[in-house]
Amino acid sequence: MSSTSQAPRSPMAPPRSFFWSRRIFLTLLTGFVLVPVYVMVSSSLKPLADVTGKFRWLPSELTIRPYIDIWSTIPLARYFVNSLIVAGAATVCSVVIAVFAAYAVSRYDFRGKRVFTVTVLSTQMLPGILFLLPLFLIYVNIGNATGIALFGSRGGLILTYLTFSLPFSIWMLIGYFDSVPRDLDEAALVDGCGPLGALFRVVVPAAIPGIVAVAVYAFMTAWGEVLFASVMTNDTTRTLAVGLQGYSTLNNVYWNQIMAASLVVSVPVVAGFLLLQRYLVAGLTAGAVK
Amino acid sequence: MTTTAPAEADLHDSPSGAAERTPRFRRPGRLRRIGLPYLLLLPALILELLVHLVPMVMGMVMSFKELTQFYIRDWGAAPWAGLDNYKVSVDFDAPVGEALLRSFLITVAFTVLSVGLCWLIGTAAAIYLQDPFRGRGLLRALFLVPYALPVYAAVITWVFMFQHDNGLVNHVLHDQLGLTDKPSFWLIGDNSFVALLVVSVWKGWPFAFLIVMAGLQNIPKEQYEAAALDGAGMWQQIRRITLPSLRPVNQVLVLVLFLWTFNDFNTPYVLFGKTAPEAADLISVHIYQASFVTWNFGTGSAMSVLLLLFLLVVTGVYLLLTSRGRKTADV
Amino acid sequence: MRRIRAAAAGAVAVSLLTAVTACGGGSSTSDGGSNDSPKTLTYWASNQGADIEVDKKVLRPELDKFERQTGIKVELEVIPWSDLLNRILTATTSGQGPDVLNIGNTWSASLQATGALLPWDAKNFTAIGGKDRFVDSALGSTGAHGQDPAAVPLYSMSYALYYNKKMFADAGITKPPATWDELVADGRKLSKDGKWGLGAEGSNPSENVHHAFVFAKQHGADFFTADGKPDFTGDGAVAAVKQYVDLMAKDKIIAPGNAEYAQNQSVSDFAKGRTAMLLWQSASANLESQGMSDADYGIAPVPVQSGAPGTGEQVNSIVAGINLAVFKNTDNLDGAKKFVKFMTSDEEQKVLNTAFSTIPPVKTAQADASFSAGADAVLKGTLAKSAVAMPQVADESQFETAVGTAVKELFADAAAGRPVTTDSVKAALEKAQQQMPTK
Repeated sequence: MSSTSQAPRSPMAPPRSFFWSRRIFLTLLTGFVLVPVYVMVSSSLKPLADVTGKFRWLPSELTIRPYIDIWSTIPLARYFVNSLIVAGAATVCSVVIAVFAAYAVSRYDFRGKRVFTVTVLSTQMLPGILFLLPLFLIYVNIGNATGIALFGSRGGLILTYLTFSLPFSIWMLIGYFDSVPRDLDEAALVDGCGPLGALFRVVVPAAIPGIVAVAVYAFMTAWGEVLFASVMTNDTTRTLAVGLQGYSTLNNVYWNQIMAASLVVSVPVVAGFLLLQRYLVAGLTAGAVK
Repeated sequence: MTTTAPAEADLHDSPSGAAERTPRFRRPGRLRRIGLPYLLLLPALILELLVHLVPMVMGMVMSFKELTQFYIRDWGAAPWAGLDNYKVSVDFDAPVGEALLRSFLITVAFTVLSVGLCWLIGTAAAIYLQDPFRGRGLLRALFLVPYALPVYAAVITWVFMFQHDNGLVNHVLHDQLGLTDKPSFWLIGDNSFVALLVVSVWKGWPFAFLIVMAGLQNIPKEQYEAAALDGAGMWQQIRRITLPSLRPVNQVLVLVLFLWTFNDFNTPYVLFGKTAPEAADLISVHIYQASFVTWNFGTGSAMSVLLLLFLLVVTGVYLLLTSRGRKTADV
Repeated sequence: MRRIRAAAAGAVAVSLLTAVTACGGGSSTSDGGSNDSPKTLTYWASNQGADIEVDKKVLRPELDKFERQTGIKVELEVIPWSDLLNRILTATTSGQGPDVLNIGNTWSASLQATGALLPWDAKNFTAIGGKDRFVDSALGSTGAHGQDPAAVPLYSMSYALYYNKKMFADAGITKPPATWDELVADGRKLSKDGKWGLGAEGSNPSENVHHAFVFAKQHGADFFTADGKPDFTGDGAVAAVKQYVDLMAKDKIIAPGNAEYAQNQSVSDFAKGRTAMLLWQSASANLESQGMSDADYGIAPVPVQSGAPGTGEQVNSIVAGINLAVFKNTDNLDGAKKFVKFMTSDEEQKVLNTAFSTIPPVKTAQADASFSAGADAVLKGTLAKSAVAMPQVADESQFETAVGTAVKELFADAAAGRPVTTDSVKAALEKAQQQMPTK
């Protein structure tokens, strides 16, 4: 399962065609990936005249002005915090709930199991637009009935996003839990742990890579969503995905600030992503393969 | 079917113990034994019900109503439209149905191409990066960057590059390489399909790469060694061992990519705004426009329901075919 | 056993569903509005300044002034144009919205049809000082004819022709064009060396439809019949749309690249001297923020086919602007009316319209000397004499989208070098018309 050592393909030396094709392919692919990234970085260091005029590879002058201006053109810091809270909370909730559900499906036989898994899968097919208005109505009515404000609040958005990522998370974790040997939780039960004890002391630690993978997926889903965020947030709860649009104002599209702001908000995410990469590779294996 | 119901189908390569399926946790009493799994599922069930299933049923109800601007304040008062919304949607001789059909076909073409390319690039990259070489770690990290960027940031960068007058793409193709007679349009007109495809593949292939890379690690080394002893070269090993072993991964990967790409709203919305050019009029944006921009939520819902039915059928057939294929392959 | 369970699960789902839908459309019960929370108001403002932060800076002191006068605290949210209509629609659907809000005045009739907005009958108008305080042309764009207005005018705007004085002088043009033929002739002289005669927002459906509508009026045509049925394919309408698109396709005085503009890039182009002319509403503040001083450009009325601007076929602008509406189910009805009265008072009208470089739709405020100088004189004259309201029909919003998008596609054809013919224009408009609601 989570063997960290890569299996070398064969003891025989690969043919030359393998090496040159690899070189060509990876060079092209790196270019494809890097060009937009380079454009982001270089544009974020250009004065406005450079990005609203003819494209140029190098800035006419290097400036860090965009990195200063981004904070005053829109309340970037607030949007960033909102996005972090929403995506973070949605991720944590989604993972915890998915762990429970996946554990039940993986370790128990019960009536309705098939119905459950199939239903979960089918929610992945819903066009978001079909339930945008109904969901809004439900939130408003829950708000009227219970006093819990869901529309316009971060809570409503968290609830929405966590269910977006839930189906795939459950799906992946079922596969991953299946690959954790049952003897392990047997032993825990013999030691006097309850089923939940076995889950948290044995299964979860063994499945950490899968859980990390699910968490990353859940986070990215919530981090980038535009449609629901655009109608379900207000000025104080707006998230980045929608808020960044504020750089194209009635006067001008501040491309350099868009790029600078995108980079600023992406750096922590990309860094975290890369740190988790090791887990991720091992994690997605068992989940998806199963 | 393996991932949705691993208990039934997936016995062939499970690690130790998984093959035995008798429920074991009997001690804490009968009620608890029966109740616990349901208790564990409860939070997921409630949330799915609240956010997906109940709104879905409401959406279906909407699709049978004449829900225009005159009635959106009070849905109960909206007159029942019977099957009118559906008739309008599938009347392919009339403009609404015709536009829907065209949008649907564009979406199918786009999805097939995008998923195919994502899978191809992702798999090739994963295989090429399997053996260690200098810079492999760096490349692997770099390749994940498009997936880690927020959708808006990634897509808006492409908008910037695709501009007619000031974009990088025309600068390179026209000004520097002289490949075109005059600068091309990418965000309007026919090329917008290409632009959408490029952005979608750029955003999507790292996910395929990730999953396939993970899948490769599960292939036992011994298989390659045995094949090498039989005299199979590198390319033959890839064809005979690597690709067949990836089948279960691919089954899930392709399905997930298909569903996500088909329903993707964020990418076309950021790329083109509220009204997409005809050549890149994906169904998600089309339905958005049908309901929000023209304020006819009944027809929009009917279109969504038709889409849902289509995806259900496709998924069912797909799972049936691939599962059967897998079984025969495994025997 | 299994069946019973399934039935039970189904019953739970259904009862949950009915519980939710039974109270759907939450606003239906509280139609009249109330005064349950007399101390607060929520106000959605549209984005009028350079960016949202500018709007907040302009509005906040005024709202504080209102609070000092009345003790009512106003919660302000400035909503970007990209989200405003969606937010209003979801608010309408759910009954959960602001008390007072800004709407684009062309949406008035469409939003009126939802029944979500407070009708401004004689009694309500009296509460804010009377209907005759407002300019007629502005009142013409507040809802369908024969019904009480759904909103009151707040800021007025009209289109004008902005031209670059230096580029005109360099090309030997002495006065701004007054007819389209003159504009095309001047544009040809100006379109050279990478510079272009005129700018346009080819991918912005609203801009497209505004121009198409005025052109149609100049051709004696309309997009709706007298009883409000869509009629997009009459000869006049087709000729009108073709004349507009031909500025790029045939006359070649608009750069092909403008076909993909949707984010006001044409204003930037004008400010940077890349185009010599621009048809825009109230561009002064925008141009100044981009470093073009008002000495560098001139303002003239938008051209007509022949003769001078006036009424009928001589119109040269739509009545553009922003209206102020009150949500019918507000829980501070009296406060909302007080707020509308405050915002349309002479003093606030002067402050706000100056800040946003718009024209006050209130007669007494408009008479102020500060709105009679320079650019404002042209805009005011147009509004008073030769501006026409967009169709005041319930389907106006759909019309904007359908025709605006058709023009966008035609611009895309023109930019790609494909021919734009009477037939192709007619086909595009025919398609647009068929997308309109049938009832």
